[in-house]
Amino acid sequence: MSNLFKYTLRIADRSLILGQRMSEWCSKGPTLEEDIAMSNIALDLFGQANGFYEYAAQIDGKKSTDDLAFKRNEREFFNHQLSEQENGNFGTTTVRNFLHDTFNFLFYTELISSKDETLAALAAKSIKEVKYHLRHSTNWLIRLGDGTEESNLKVQKALDFLWQYTGEFFEMDEIDYEILDLEIGVDNKKIKEKWDKMINNSLKEAKLKRPVDGYMATGSKKGIHTEHLGFLLAEMQFLPRAYPNAKW
Amino acid sequence: MQNGNTEHIWELLNTVPDPEIPAISIVELGVIRDVIFSDKSYTILITPTYSGCPAVKTFTDDIKISFKENGIRNFKIKLVYSPAWTTDWMTDKTKEKLRRYGIAPPSSKVVCPQCNTNRVELISEFGATACKAMYKCSDCLEPFEFFKCI
Repeated sequence: MSNLFKYTLRIADRSLILGQRMSEWCSKGPTLEEDIAMSNIALDLFGQANGFYEYAAQIDGKKSTDDLAFKRNEREFFNHQLSEQENGNFGTTTVRNFLHDTFNFLFYTELISSKDETLAALAAKSIKEVKYHLRHSTNWLIRLGDGTEESNLKVQKALDFLWQYTGEFFEMDEIDYEILDLEIGVDNKKIKEKWDKMINNSLKEAKLKRPVDGYMATGSKKGIHTEHLGFLLAEMQFLPRAYPNAKW
Repeated sequence: MQNGNTEHIWELLNTVPDPEIPAISIVELGVIRDVIFSDKSYTILITPTYSGCPAVKTFTDDIKISFKENGIRNFKIKLVYSPAWTTDWMTDKTKEKLRRYGIAPPSSKVVCPQCNTNRVELISEFGATACKAMYKCSDCLEPFEFFKCI
């Protein structure tokens, strides 16, 4: 497996897994408008994942995009552990997406100047959508954080819990460094400062307390995940695995 | 029409409606980026409006059907991502068609397609399709869709 393949796969996996989580909200949204919003976001994320999987499949030369999405096991997925965290209540989903969207926005902003034309094009396409995903999650974070005592309590609790999964955003391993040296990849460490600033501003406006950095989860770059990913994949991959040549 | 007449291909493509907004064609929508004739074959370059837009699959099939009906077999359709699609590619004529259809066209100023006022209220940034937001007119009180600028 080439490092560019793995690098592309990581980006694709993040979108696919969060997209699957968002699709779980379909028909269960708190209001009709939000139901539509979350289903739309799921669709955008699947579209973005598809673009990156197509490129990964092209680099690989053997596997198809469907193989990559539906025929890999848990340990072969490289999305951040944050993306696989359960939806919980609407506040938990809001916080998870807000943390992710802020990172994603900054990541694609950098990836646009990649020397790899395909990655740069996919980033330029994705960021248009990520911008309004970020607006959506940030607006809700502020509404809920600066809402009632109860809503503030719920999002603060979600923030305190999910914070441990934000350390992975800024990790760099040998693949990241190699791709960065080729001027293709993004320096995740460089994003940290901007991410902190954006997060702090929004948290302040939402009247939420920034959690203190404590234990930080790690391992997704090596395919190590929380218990939730296996269940998510079981649901997502069941049909194509049970009926391998199914068409619809 | 196997002889490299790209103009004819453009004409045919212009008869394929946008599956979700049939008032405009896929050419007017700006998703057909180019038609190239080489090696006795046409290549149609298309770009998605939104990454996950399900209409891409539908209009790709519609193109195939239209070409088949017109006896064109030597073609392939290629999806390209760069430059990323933008609402800036819509002409004023297309925007006017959208407005008449009841959708507020992409613009920095959202105007009610019914009564032309700009006293409008955003209901949700997400609508029945990825490309639209939901608004309500504060004058005529009618809800309407706005084609988002991207």
